[in-house]
Amino acid sequence: MEPIISIRNLFFTYKDGTEALKNVSLDIYPNEVFVLFGPARSGKTTLLRLLNRLSDLIEGARIQGTIQFKGQDIFARGVDVTALRRQVSMVFAIPTPLPGSIRDNLTYGLRMAGIRRMSVLEERVERALRQAALWDEVKDRLDESAFALSGGQKQRLCLARSLALEPEVILLDNPTSGLDPLSTGMVEDSLYELKQRYTIIMVPHSVQQAGRVADRAGFLLDGELVEVNRAERLFTSPRDQRTEDYITGRFG
Amino acid sequence: MTRQQTQKIAVAVISTVAGLVVIPILLVILFIVVNGIGAISWEFLTAPPKNGMREGGIMPALVGTIFLTFGTAIAAMPLAIAAAIYLAEYAGDTRLTRWVRLAIVNLAGIPSIVYGLFGLGAFVLYFNFGTSILAGSLTLGIMTLPVVISTAEEAILSVPREFRVVSLSLGATRWQTIRHQVLPHALPGIITGVILGLSRAAGETAPILFTVAAFYVPHLPRSIFDQTMALPYHLYVISTQVPGMPLSNQYGTALVLLLLVLSLTLVATIVRSRMRQRRQW
Repeated sequence: MEPIISIRNLFFTYKDGTEALKNVSLDIYPNEVFVLFGPARSGKTTLLRLLNRLSDLIEGARIQGTIQFKGQDIFARGVDVTALRRQVSMVFAIPTPLPGSIRDNLTYGLRMAGIRRMSVLEERVERALRQAALWDEVKDRLDESAFALSGGQKQRLCLARSLALEPEVILLDNPTSGLDPLSTGMVEDSLYELKQRYTIIMVPHSVQQAGRVADRAGFLLDGELVEVNRAERLFTSPRDQRTEDYITGRFG
Repeated sequence: MTRQQTQKIAVAVISTVAGLVVIPILLVILFIVVNGIGAISWEFLTAPPKNGMREGGIMPALVGTIFLTFGTAIAAMPLAIAAAIYLAEYAGDTRLTRWVRLAIVNLAGIPSIVYGLFGLGAFVLYFNFGTSILAGSLTLGIMTLPVVISTAEEAILSVPREFRVVSLSLGATRWQTIRHQVLPHALPGIITGVILGLSRAAGETAPILFTVAAFYVPHLPRSIFDQTMALPYHLYVISTQVPGMPLSNQYGTALVLLLLVLSLTLVATIVRSRMRQRRQW
């Protein structure tokens, strides 16, 4: 099978010289849940942000190596970054609704892409909310402020906001960081449904969560991709001693 | 003396001195109100001056100042908002930006009479606008640029960064992000800055001295190329150039000017506080 995202020899260096990623090579395949785990500051979020070029916002950083999305180099001249970000969509760790109604939030990306037909927008709103398991809770108050939602609802709103764009890849950066166990369960459960349609790359909240949701997983340590394998192998019989030490809680 | 006693004395001294700040402004307002209130009447506000300006009203000057205030807003706002957006969103820390910032700081420090002379040289003579509302508005507009730019930039920067990141992540362009996420939320702050700038412009005499202000025109201006009377200059004229001028008229004029400026400041304050209330984050 062809990978949907293909990373080769990727280095990322911040302006101050910190090497956040060192020679990372990784293939992501369609319709899998790939989990990137590792201790804090190991480069997980940086790698996630590179995949849809949100890393462009980091001033003075240096990137070496290549990332291909569906065979196309995403750093090539003339790449439409806005289109890339609609296809590879990020859900942030801290749920951040935009000021405005729930509906405004869901249609924002589409409107910015020039889609104005009400019927299309309505349909996308409902479908995205259903996929994010939020529809029943908000269907009667789509025009209320998105800030009135609870933490778990906000996170699902942000997920739905990405889904409304009908992306191919969803980047989830610790999507359950601030959530209670119940909401966390809802988000985790929805992943199984979502991967039928989308490819999911996720930074988990914990090793336990990684084990619960991953099809495949990669262990990042100090910007180095130590080990990649199918989840059942990686979490039961890791090849690298460092992976084993981390999984068994010896550090991190 | 114990440390606690020192502390008490220090606080007492500081708060007393801080309290003194209020006294001049109260005295100025009180003084002008007491002396000027008697002159205020419907006729004073709506009639042109008569009898060598010793009688009648201030209508042409009042209307002229209102025109000039609008003109200043129209001249300054596009420039200032564009500059603020550039500085806050695009500029970064480059040599060009440092020059632009230096220029803005220095604009703020230029004496107003120098603006007046610049306006005379540039707009009245070089561009040949003549002594006109256009020349005066442009001169006042440039003078208000620094305060408007810096408040507008501050307003733009106060919009949380996360909204920009989220907007970009949803595939919006940088300009769409500014247009749809940043400006709507910065607008009240920008308007506050504009109004504060205007309230200063409305009361300035020196910049309009050579560029627009007329000693005496009984009728209202008919186009932006006309001269006009204006309150600050009118006040200057009737205070220094007209012998036998009744004092109450001078204070009445000062009172009207003061109220005009204060009401602008009041509007700015109201806009700002309503913005804070409406803010959702």
